[in-house]
Amino acid sequence: MTATRYPYYPGCSLQHRTHAYQQSTEAVARALGFELVEMDDWNCCGATEYFSVNRLPAYALVARNLARAAEQGATELVVPCSACFLNLHKTDKNMGRYPELGERVNQALAAGKLHYEPGTVKVRHLLEMVITDIGNDRLKERTRRPLYGLKLAPYYGCLVARPDSVFDSTEQPTAMDKMLEAIGAQAAPFALKTFCCGGHMTQISEDTAFGMIHQIVQNAAKSGADAIVTICPMCQLNLDVYQDAANRYFETDYHVPVLYFTQVLGLALGLSPKELGFGQEFVDARAVLDKIQDVPPPRATPARRPKSALPMPTMPE
Amino acid sequence: MSEPRVGVYVCHCGHNIAGTVDVEHVAEWAMGLPNVVVSRDNKFMCASTGQEQIEQDIKEFDLTHVVVASCSPHMHEKTFRNACARAGLNPYLFEMANIREHASWVHPHDRDGATNKAKALVSAAVHRVIHHEPLEPMKVSIRPETLVVGGGIAGIQAALEIADAGYHVYLVEREPSIGGHMAMFDKTFPTLDCSACILTPKMFDVGAHPNITLLSYSEVERVDGYVGNFTVQVRKKARKVDQDLCTGCGSCWDKCPIRIVDTVFEAGLGYRKAIYRPFPQAVPKYPVIDVENCTYYKTGKCRMCEKVCPTNAIRFDMEDEIVELEVGNIIVATGFKLFDARRIPQYGYGRLENVFTSLEFERLTNAAGPTEGKIVLRDGETTPKTVAIIHCVGSRDRNYNTHCSAICCMSSLKFAHLVMEKTGAQVYNFYIDMRPIHKGYEEFYHRIMDEGAQFIRGKVSEITDVARSPEEDGKLVVVCEDTLIGHQRRVPVDMVILAAGLEPRADAQEVGYMFGVGCGDTGFFIERHPKLDPVATATEGVFIAGACQGAKDIPDSVAQGAAAAARVLGTISQREVSLEPIRASIDEERCSGCRICNNMCPYNAIDFIEEKGVSRVNPALCKGCGTCVAACPSQVISGAHFTFDQLMAEIDGILVDVLSDRPIVEAV
Repeated sequence: MTATRYPYYPGCSLQHRTHAYQQSTEAVARALGFELVEMDDWNCCGATEYFSVNRLPAYALVARNLARAAEQGATELVVPCSACFLNLHKTDKNMGRYPELGERVNQALAAGKLHYEPGTVKVRHLLEMVITDIGNDRLKERTRRPLYGLKLAPYYGCLVARPDSVFDSTEQPTAMDKMLEAIGAQAAPFALKTFCCGGHMTQISEDTAFGMIHQIVQNAAKSGADAIVTICPMCQLNLDVYQDAANRYFETDYHVPVLYFTQVLGLALGLSPKELGFGQEFVDARAVLDKIQDVPPPRATPARRPKSALPMPTMPE
Repeated sequence: MSEPRVGVYVCHCGHNIAGTVDVEHVAEWAMGLPNVVVSRDNKFMCASTGQEQIEQDIKEFDLTHVVVASCSPHMHEKTFRNACARAGLNPYLFEMANIREHASWVHPHDRDGATNKAKALVSAAVHRVIHHEPLEPMKVSIRPETLVVGGGIAGIQAALEIADAGYHVYLVEREPSIGGHMAMFDKTFPTLDCSACILTPKMFDVGAHPNITLLSYSEVERVDGYVGNFTVQVRKKARKVDQDLCTGCGSCWDKCPIRIVDTVFEAGLGYRKAIYRPFPQAVPKYPVIDVENCTYYKTGKCRMCEKVCPTNAIRFDMEDEIVELEVGNIIVATGFKLFDARRIPQYGYGRLENVFTSLEFERLTNAAGPTEGKIVLRDGETTPKTVAIIHCVGSRDRNYNTHCSAICCMSSLKFAHLVMEKTGAQVYNFYIDMRPIHKGYEEFYHRIMDEGAQFIRGKVSEITDVARSPEEDGKLVVVCEDTLIGHQRRVPVDMVILAAGLEPRADAQEVGYMFGVGCGDTGFFIERHPKLDPVATATEGVFIAGACQGAKDIPDSVAQGAAAAARVLGTISQREVSLEPIRASIDEERCSGCRICNNMCPYNAIDFIEEKGVSRVNPALCKGCGTCVAACPSQVISGAHFTFDQLMAEIDGILVDVLSDRPIVEAV
């Protein structure tokens, strides 16, 4: 573990809407012995829309946070929300990659007597920070209540699975899968792990949004998952709050609770469901808690293949 | 000694140099350099008129040294050295200044800068050349035996050409049998003739040829020596089967209880036993025991093969054998490796059952393969009704390999034909560009289109089993942008074939290092010249052929195998070869015998003479790299043609201020 105090950017969603994520993040931090120190005077990251509306002000809006963080002496910034993470990370990278953009953004910042040198602040997603700095071995060691018997669908969403991805693969990341296995759960083979949840499509075209949400929930259910584990407030909102509406729209009856990775991690660390914000979700997650067993389930025997079947290629570890 | 008399020749190279560098001015300016008695510019120095000018001037002006400012010495150093030699001047009293690659081509928009740089380079060459000494090349005899490394089609062709010409060939193959990738194929494009039918006669010829010693299941471990006289160490891995007794009857592998997935010959789609012969037409016909998987080597029990062998040919205690070969030339034909499709997770290979690689499909459709040629899904039973073939998997893609793998368009067309012919399935080809470029290939493309294959232009973004509609249920869905109609498409199919690209062998770097062959930026071996010397390498006497040099199909591999053989036969018929006299020598009077140079030498060319307590360079082994020269703490090793005087003079020359004509560093 490299630090015990991390400069922290909570973002608007976390602070004003998704208390379960904020609560569980802080609880997990306490349990793992690191402190998230909220940076001073931060502002909204512009969410998913502003960059499409007007690029330069969008970059400037985000860069203001980076400039303020740098001014406060931060060399890294931990961000739990995927949208905030993407915007901050992208702004830092692109200001360095396209010097002309960097210059124009800094011209805008100068109006507020601010300046940002790209590369100064390393923007980190909370999940990446936990996996890299604490590590699965340590998480396993700290696990008080292994999540035996739980099959969880690791849902990365589309925002962290981009070409600048900080996870192991852009297309089929496995970082969270491995973390879930480390704390005793089983990672479901979830094909749509990087599929888009629809973002704010619910406000624009419900038909489209329901289609996207329904597909993810259905795929998770078919993979045998007891719950979807997410790392983004937007994803959680869409899959959880609109699950019922999507069910009605498609005349289905899925009940797949959607939890934050910090909530399931916190359970494993022995924290109580209450302090992890359980009960705030729309799709009741109590059934998930009841499924946790005291002993690891027997290893599932692979499905029998017909005698004539051809061998499958082996996959590297 | 009389004053040196230098002639300087500045080449226009058409517009290549003169388009940027003011060559007339450079030639005029060079007249003012010390010892220059004649300086000219010329449209093409390499043309016979240019060369004759040098010869004429040497006689007329009594030149003692010559400088040509033109292209890279790689191109024409030999040309101008020969011109000097024809006029009676020792060819090493010549120096070349590269004002094309080093000036005009790299500074195309800076005429003054390029001209000044050319002047500095000419000055360096003039200052250097007067310190040159006449050198005599060393003649060495060429051994007529040749080593061919790799028993694929390129290596087989090369070996047969040389053997048929009457010279001995050692053919070393890593696997238990020769045949390479071609032996795995069912049909070859564009003629659709049977791969085995055209390959196995050649394999048999190799096995039976009196002039070929086949070392299968063997690997080269060490190469010493130089052109004409290489010493090669080969490890013959223990087959655990006595070849003198074995008849290849097959009782042993029939009865062997251990069955494992064959990831080499069957591309992972079929099985073999722990004692196995890769395929029925294998040459040699003898099996090998796979020690890693054999029960006897794990537990000391079983010995089933031994019990059933009618000729008592099983030898569990057989050890690897090291063989030393003396050869004059080496042909490296080590082939390629298929791109690992698991590196593109969105294509699902290894995750989605019915995604196959091209090599898997070759085995699937092969009458001697695991399904006896039936094209079926991974369950081994179901015949596909729709098949997608994805082109350029791992090729022409900045994320994996930038190069075009050259064979995939055509093999994909072949696959399309075979699928349609054998199953009647609808075939969709997903391509970026179709490149059927050789003779008969375009016609084949049209034939396959006429046969009803569909072609969708667009790079596939993913292959998924997540259905969005009832038609997609239980299918693999190929998602791509059809760039011809400008729409996203989702095409549900039963089977996907990934036309995976060709990559250098995983150990190409180490193998290249062993033979003195470099790897280019795509990892394939580098030829001496991409157009005019495609099978020679930077190391004299070492040639390359086939897909180890770059992705290529069977006709091209055969052509290169034959070309490499022709080059080898050329040197054999010369009987001897001249070695560059550029090598190191040690002043034994002043050598302290510290032996630092002994281990530094990458060519093992320095011996320690015990009785005298000094080191000595073996001139035939020395490549003139200069490592020892730099390493010697007593500074008593000198590299011929790269002496201290020559290098210092060259530096003095390049530090002339080309504007004031005075040295930049007066103090030196």
